[in-house]
Amino acid sequence: MTLAPSLLIEDLAFAYPDGNQALFGVNLRVERGEFVAILGPNGAGKTTLVMHMNGIHPAEHGSVSVAGEVIDTNDKDLLRRIRGKVGVVFQDPDDQLFMPTVGEDIAFGPYNMGLRGAELDAAVDHALALVHMSEFKDRPPHHLSFGQRRRVAVATVLAMKPEILVLDEPSSNLDPASRRELANILRELKITTLMVTHDMPYAYELCERSIILSGGVVVADGDTKTILSDSKLLSENRLELPVGFSL
Amino acid sequence: MAVLTFIIVSAATPITNWQAFIAYFAAIYIVSLVAKIPTPTLLKRSLIEIPFIFFAILMPFFGTGERFEVGPFNLYRESLLAGAGIVAKGTLGVLSAVVLSTSTTARELLRGLEKLHLPKLMVQIAAFMLRYVNVISDEMERMKVARESRGFIATGPKDWKVIAIAASALFIRSYERGERVHLAMLSRGYAGVLPHDMSEGASLKIWLQGLSLPLFALFILISTTVIG
Repeated sequence: MTLAPSLLIEDLAFAYPDGNQALFGVNLRVERGEFVAILGPNGAGKTTLVMHMNGIHPAEHGSVSVAGEVIDTNDKDLLRRIRGKVGVVFQDPDDQLFMPTVGEDIAFGPYNMGLRGAELDAAVDHALALVHMSEFKDRPPHHLSFGQRRRVAVATVLAMKPEILVLDEPSSNLDPASRRELANILRELKITTLMVTHDMPYAYELCERSIILSGGVVVADGDTKTILSDSKLLSENRLELPVGFSL
Repeated sequence: MAVLTFIIVSAATPITNWQAFIAYFAAIYIVSLVAKIPTPTLLKRSLIEIPFIFFAILMPFFGTGERFEVGPFNLYRESLLAGAGIVAKGTLGVLSAVVLSTSTTARELLRGLEKLHLPKLMVQIAAFMLRYVNVISDEMERMKVARESRGFIATGPKDWKVIAIAASALFIRSYERGERVHLAMLSRGYAGVLPHDMSEGASLKIWLQGLSLPLFALFILISTTVIG
């Protein structure tokens, strides 16, 4: 028996209520344990795609399945399960961290999944240890540095033991050392990871596979090195490697 | 809760019972001493009351009925009593609120409200306000710095338009942040309840300590009413 892929998106299209169509039929299959970078210019529909992966936006056309289960946004129990499986780390940690202390914030997700008492504490401690932030458990989020807040934001979803980790611009606004620390942490996790990013070197370093999303469709899908070496493909999609960077 | 009861009791006291008010002020002051709040801090923080009692101070100058003269002023007895009542009661309320807010952390206050079975939604809103007030004030500060970096210095009413536009931009940004926070919460399975640790109930001793102030005020009210 072959395992179901972690994520399977078939012919997904979506338009916002104001009529602005963001996705025009996206197909994507991500196997267990893969690291995939989602590249694309601003306004390509990357964030919209992410919002479909955990059922925030309902699939208007086409389907999204996580570990073999098709997301149905009308089924509340299923939705809760899906949100436990797909951990989304948002770009601005201040959007993600809203509880008075780091520990309580990390407890929020597993609490919603039904964990209580010692089990909940264990999940929080484990997630904090994974991002090397254990000593910050009782601190309020606004007293942490940006890099620390980003790591805590990652921990908030790790505490839910997700099947897939989805990161929206994980390296944005980080100093080089924080960027490096986060990369090491992500590599240690060994779970299926999708990262939306403009940071080409980061994608090259962490992800063996990349897709380019542009104009609401997947225009390229393949080995990261091959994609990033194709300067014509990149420039057609408003992407480029940093000056001085070569593969 | 003790503070609320105290305010209600003192507000229920007729202003003609002036001895009672002296006792109330003394009681609040003693509580502030017990809570180790420096008197200057107490006074400084209660300055917030001034805009509210401004009209109460003006009241004696307007009104109807019996009049009498104090120096150059022509005062009305009833309005004077009403005004003095508002000032005294208002000050008492503010002082007791200041004592509460200085001696208790915001988180403990929220927990207390939750225990008093205030609607969950209201407690949650207050908790979010607490979390984001820093984020928003930082944002406001950054916007101010950005304005000033482009040569804008607020000097008078003619600049209010710019500030009003900035405030509205801030409002919309906060609103959008609210939406993003909500999405982030949904992504982690939010279904209407925030986790909270079940802290132990207050002991009898704490209850008695808390109730001592309003009970004292009630005692003063009754005794002055009976005697007076």
